Amino acid sequence: MDQSRIRNFSIIAHIDHGKSTLADRLLERTGAISERDMRAQLLDEMDLERERGITIKANAVRIDYTAQDGLEYEFNIIDTPGHVDFSYEVSRSLEACEGALLLVDASQGVEAQTLANAYMAIESGLEIIPVVNKIDLPAADPDRVAEELVGILGGDVEDVIRVSAKSGIGVDELLEEIVTSLPPPEGEPDASLRALVFDSYYDTYRGVVALVRVVDGSLSEGDDIRLMASGEDLVVDEVGVRRPSIERTKRLGSGEAGYVITGVKDIDLIRVGDTVTHAADPATDALAGYDEPKPMVYSGLFPTDGDDFERLREALDKLRLNDSSLLYAPETSRALGFGFRVGFLGLLHMEIVRERLEREYDLDLVATAPSVEYVANLTDGSSVIVQSPQDLPDAGVRASIEEPYVKVMIITPAEYIGTVMELVQTKRGEMGEMNYLSTERVELHYLMPLSEIVFDFFDLLKSRTRGYASLDYEPDSYRESDLVRVDILLNSQPVDAFSTIVHRDRATTYGRAMVKKLRELIPRQLFDVPIQAAIGSRIISRETVKAKRKDVTAKCYGGDITRKRKLLERQKEGKKRMKMVGSVEVPQEAFVAALKIGDE
Amino acid sequence: MSDTVRPMSTGEDDGFGSSSLRANDADLADAAHLWKSAYVHIPFCAHRCPYCDFAIVDESVEANVDHRRYVDALVREIEMEDPFGPLDAVNFGGGTPSLLSSEQLGEIIEALRRRFGFRAHTEVSLEVNPEDWSTDTGGNLRSVGFTRVSIGAQSFDEQIMGVLSRRHSADATTEAVHSARVSGFRTISLDLIYGHPRETSASWAGSVDRALDLPIDHISTYALTVERGTALSREILAGATPPDGDVQAERYETFCERSSTAGFDRYEVSNHARPGHACVYNLSTWTHGEYLGFGLGAHDHRWGVRSRNHHRLDRYLEDVEAGIRPRLGTEHLDADSQDRDRFMLGLRLAAGTPASGFATTFLDSPEGTRLLDHGLIIVEGDRVVVTQPMLTDAVAREALSVSSYDC
Ligand SMILES: Nc1nc2c(ncn2[C@@H]2O[C@H](COP(=O)(O)OP(=O)(O)O)[C@@H](O)[C@H]2O)c(=O)[nH]1
Ligand code: SF4
Repeated sequence: MDQSRIRNFSIIAHIDHGKSTLADRLLERTGAISERDMRAQLLDEMDLERERGITIKANAVRIDYTAQDGLEYEFNIIDTPGHVDFSYEVSRSLEACEGALLLVDASQGVEAQTLANAYMAIESGLEIIPVVNKIDLPAADPDRVAEELVGILGGDVEDVIRVSAKSGIGVDELLEEIVTSLPPPEGEPDASLRALVFDSYYDTYRGVVALVRVVDGSLSEGDDIRLMASGEDLVVDEVGVRRPSIERTKRLGSGEAGYVITGVKDIDLIRVGDTVTHAADPATDALAGYDEPKPMVYSGLFPTDGDDFERLREALDKLRLNDSSLLYAPETSRALGFGFRVGFLGLLHMEIVRERLEREYDLDLVATAPSVEYVANLTDGSSVIVQSPQDLPDAGVRASIEEPYVKVMIITPAEYIGTVMELVQTKRGEMGEMNYLSTERVELHYLMPLSEIVFDFFDLLKSRTRGYASLDYEPDSYRESDLVRVDILLNSQPVDAFSTIVHRDRATTYGRAMVKKLRELIPRQLFDVPIQAAIGSRIISRETVKAKRKDVTAKCYGGDITRKRKLLERQKEGKKRMKMVGSVEVPQEAFVAALKIGDE
Repeated sequence: MSDTVRPMSTGEDDGFGSSSLRANDADLADAAHLWKSAYVHIPFCAHRCPYCDFAIVDESVEANVDHRRYVDALVREIEMEDPFGPLDAVNFGGGTPSLLSSEQLGEIIEALRRRFGFRAHTEVSLEVNPEDWSTDTGGNLRSVGFTRVSIGAQSFDEQIMGVLSRRHSADATTEAVHSARVSGFRTISLDLIYGHPRETSASWAGSVDRALDLPIDHISTYALTVERGTALSREILAGATPPDGDVQAERYETFCERSSTAGFDRYEVSNHARPGHACVYNLSTWTHGEYLGFGLGAHDHRWGVRSRNHHRLDRYLEDVEAGIRPRLGTEHLDADSQDRDRFMLGLRLAAGTPASGFATTFLDSPEGTRLLDHGLIIVEGDRVVVTQPMLTDAVAREALSVSSYDC
């Protein structure tokens, strides 16, 4: 296809603002797919993504569109993940595009993540088409939302496209707008090949499947290619596109996006961000790559059954084939035995990984409360990286502790400004800029310790603003803070997996809340279980789970011993989901109790 | 063997000497393991009590219930049974056995005697509702062969009887006990239920004192339990206060103190008796002895096989009348499971359970050691005993988790 008739774009939208519906509609209008098979095909194969309604991996779908000028155009829609944990994936998807649709729900307005992604698109030099969706809704306020969009992007309110992805209103106009407003790719068709790997995934049958965007030159089956960063030489087995079903095109020309299969099984050989060129005629300069995503939070994952350790390792190895951001190293806990310290991009990422491990690999896991990565500076001038509170060196040898800060953006209706400010203050946030998106909605900027966010901040923010505020954040810097480690003791024995690093001013409140929460979560046992919180050797709080007094059924059901035993066995099964810590049975959710205590 | 130790050695009429064995005696428990008994289920009730999930026929709902047909079926089922016995105990439970006439009950007893044989002092017991008791009930029941009655008092507090939907008065219970005494039953037992959320500690203490003042030999106390599908469970789902385990534990302790002062020994979690009056049938089931079960939803345990009958009346009757055993299902136990079940059940006995076989594995396991360390079980001579009877199920659960490690 002549490059002038190619349009590569992403749809930037907040969850539920209608990205999938719009994509379905675009496919349907261009005849790519019948309405009936649409959903099933377009959505990613992963169960979890479907259930949670989020995209985790990027995807590229090609459609052909005959415009009013009578010419046929090739659109490549490059799908982007819609959650802050995966925002680095958004950035690399945007690298493969010349334009983006900024899609906003007419009854909701712009959300923080959308705005963050829009800024990212602007910075990457993309042309942006503002689109207001769901104009058919009675609660829609397209004028207000259009004004918000103009406030962010500039331009005229009249240029904002108004659609209903559901009913199809405005979709034809949008298709034309894509042709006329978005620039075509401007690579050199005759130069040496340069193609950007913007995502990759592992397929059990095909090996690594790389998604690429050809910038210069062209790529064909049978080509000997070289990955410029890794230096790896490979042979191309198959080249094609998704429509959304797979179509083997054998060739991708400059400006086009599609997939490449080389038969390679090791995902580390085809790194996202690397540049593909021809081995025989290599390009001189690689395309601008990306930074490897860095884990933001760490958590310990331990099998409830110690014998499952090896299975957990194998499962993590397999997951990593599809998720190179997953980092892990073995960890030993006195309370929980052998497991792994795992780095995640955020809490959602952590939840997804854990759920997949349990569901797809049939593992029963205990996860410890997430922690960020601290740096402990020691009196001898050296410093240690601390990913797990239990690894924090003793107060005696510590000179200081530094913790990661993030830049936070919150968008909220103006009436909640006070509430948000109050909340952020309790979480040690420092106020930055404040911009009005419209008279009703405000964009607030803060600098905050990441540790405060990974706990319950998002839930608190949502509940205090009746769900209206949205949040986005990105890493900033490390800063010194007055931090201490709060330890928890069960039956007078410290339980390493419960240790948490918190700010000194909040240590007592935290310790109390944690002990109280644990008293609720730990079921009564056959003996009293004292729970204590301590900083060093100083006990700051204490509660007791009183021994159970009655656990017996009165009768034997007229001799029905079978039923009696089955009942006991069922109850015993329930107990299996408990972890023995010393002689105390602790339910799995207790290990993440810290996430649930809120702040009183 | 089963003749050497008998529970009913109180002197006068039984010919076993004048020494009376206490109900919690270990030798008695060991002997009970070898006794043979039969359970007969009489499913009829005038109405369904709000806490009850037994297999019953609620006569306030079902019209024209045919007692005659059921009695005939029972007799037929008994005649179909393989040889067994002789029987050390026969227990009529329900339901409400006292809804049958004494002639009908007598026919069933005779059928059992014909088929299996009785011993000289076979315990023949039934559960009776105080409201069904009249002046000649005692005499009639004695004349067809009953030696023991268990009177369903449940409470002496009229308000609690109301919430339990019991329709008799406290006086009716008192009169039934006195009348039974005069009729010459060897053992008279009372049933009490405690721990309803509306019960107070004073109300419970009052019921206990009135019960213990009566001329009885045995008393069973049951903590009110919320069974699925009952009216009580629906009330609780709809927001009513559920029974509180801690409160029930307190009530239990109150009872144990007072009954022990009054001369009763606790021999099983819920059962207390004066010396010589432990319930033969009861002891035999909790020591994993063999018993036959007849009637709707009844259970058997024999030769390492447990089986259960249909719990739908039409199915039960159809099968029996067609000359087929009315079985709903069976479970075969291998030697290890039998051993484990005997251990698990024996935990309920005050005399404990032999510290051999499965018990050895359990005592050596981390679970067993932990329970020993916390004093929840103790080894007394060659027996394992649970020290806090109200936590017996918790101990049994630990024992079950040990057995699963072994397979
Ligand atoms: N009324 C109305 N509903 C829409 C429209 N577009 C999407 N929706 C609905 O909004 C919800 C979220 O849409 P979806 O496409 O799944 O959002 P995504 O999370 O951005 O992919 C679904 O229930 C859609 O049916 C629209 O134009 N009008
Ligand atoms: S009388 Fe007994 S068997 Fe009948 S309904 Fe009441 S509790 Fe159940």
